[in-house]
Amino acid sequence: MIKAKDITKRYPDGTEALRDVNFEIRSGESCSVIGPSGCGKTTLLLILTGIMKPTEGKAVIAGQDVTSPSKEVALVFQNYGLFPWKTVYENASLGLELRGFNRKERREIVTSLLRELGLKGFENRYPKQLSSGMQQRVAFARALALNPKILLMDEPLSSLDALTRESLQNFLLRLWKEKRMTMLLVTHSIEEAVFLGRRIIVLSSRPGTVIMAIDNAEMGDLNYRTKEVFFDKCREVRRSVDTGAI
Amino acid sequence: MPRGETERRYRSYLITGFFILAIWYLLARILDSIALPTPLAVFFAFIAGLAEGSLISHLAISALRVFYGLALASSLAVPIGLVSHEEGVDKFVAPFVYLLYPIPHIVLLPLIILLFGIGDLSKIILIAIIVFFQILVTTRDASRNLSINYVYSMLSLSASKRDIYKHVIFPACVPKILTAMRISVGTSIAVLFFVESFATRKGLGYLIMDSWSRANYPDLYATIVAMALLGFGLYIVIEKIEKRVCRWVYI
Repeated sequence: MIKAKDITKRYPDGTEALRDVNFEIRSGESCSVIGPSGCGKTTLLLILTGIMKPTEGKAVIAGQDVTSPSKEVALVFQNYGLFPWKTVYENASLGLELRGFNRKERREIVTSLLRELGLKGFENRYPKQLSSGMQQRVAFARALALNPKILLMDEPLSSLDALTRESLQNFLLRLWKEKRMTMLLVTHSIEEAVFLGRRIIVLSSRPGTVIMAIDNAEMGDLNYRTKEVFFDKCREVRRSVDTGAI
Repeated sequence: MPRGETERRYRSYLITGFFILAIWYLLARILDSIALPTPLAVFFAFIAGLAEGSLISHLAISALRVFYGLALASSLAVPIGLVSHEEGVDKFVAPFVYLLYPIPHIVLLPLIILLFGIGDLSKIILIAIIVFFQILVTTRDASRNLSINYVYSMLSLSASKRDIYKHVIFPACVPKILTAMRISVGTSIAVLFFVESFATRKGLGYLIMDSWSRANYPDLYATIVAMALLGFGLYIVIEKIEKRVCRWVYI
């Protein structure tokens, strides 16, 4: 479904963000990408969405080379994803508006989605008036309103406190199990990568390249966090992250 | 804004106003010169000017000149500042801004009179030129410093360039634009006085020079008060617009 083929990215100033990145994510699979900060994770997502062009190699989604943003793909950012000058409702319905849905269709989709995400009653608030956990849920609402087949996330939970973070991780897990969309989650938390990734791709420090792809078949359960095998997996990921960091 | 806070703000305006009047009064008593009449004398002159109607017609003409100047300046500076977001455009705009902004544009007066005559047009244009740069510099800075992540966020929703301007660049810059306009009010009133002090028999600037030459100091200060009120009024209007349009900034 998603394929990265020999992706290398060099910026005009000469820094090499990614080198020969190769991986494949099957349709309906959930995959975590983890690596030290500055390993080009964000660059990778921008290439996969078609916002940025790789210097060499290519991204392929559903058999087609990625050249521009696709309707099938939604991207959730860590910060700045929401526009502070738009209300919760306006933020959540923006994607639909840009894709030409009329007012009535937008209202139907967004209202039920906001209710589902526990944001009912906050439609006319501005992002600044919400807690960071709620803000991030609005960002998810905007991405999910488009009913994407593929959900790409750039450290969506990293600015949240531990408890909020865990509840949103649970939310993402339920979402994945319910809708069976293809998810790619970039994170720098090992526990998060293990909890949410059916496969875990470990990137090295800059220039980022794939060190290892770890299979994580045991995931998919909300209780996974408390199981021994979860901790084993975290240790395994930690070891390969540490090799990459050196 | 909660009601109590508004009230507190009005009260502090009132107290400051009284304070200024008190200093003025004391200064007038200490200097004891006809060149500085007491606030009360000026107040009577002001009322007399209003009753007679001349002060109002001069005030209206000045207000229009400032308004047109500000409107002309912002209608050019805002679009240019916004599209400076594009690297390609900024390459052309930035050198102009850096070379032309630091020049005191008021010295261009002879050139402007040569080109546009000595009528209202050249007065409006001089105000516009000076204010244009203030608004352009601020708008350009705002659109250039916009976080690229906002743009990425739009691109991921497959937004067109037009969408990005409509939903991100313009709304993100509006608070800075309105602040620049608010600051420009003060500048434009100063320029107004300059352009009205010659070759016209209308406007508050003319009235100030005229009362001065007649050594009618109460009239002179009454006109200064009118000019201050004009600036204050415009400032308040823009501030009100700002509070309404940029609600997201003030919450």
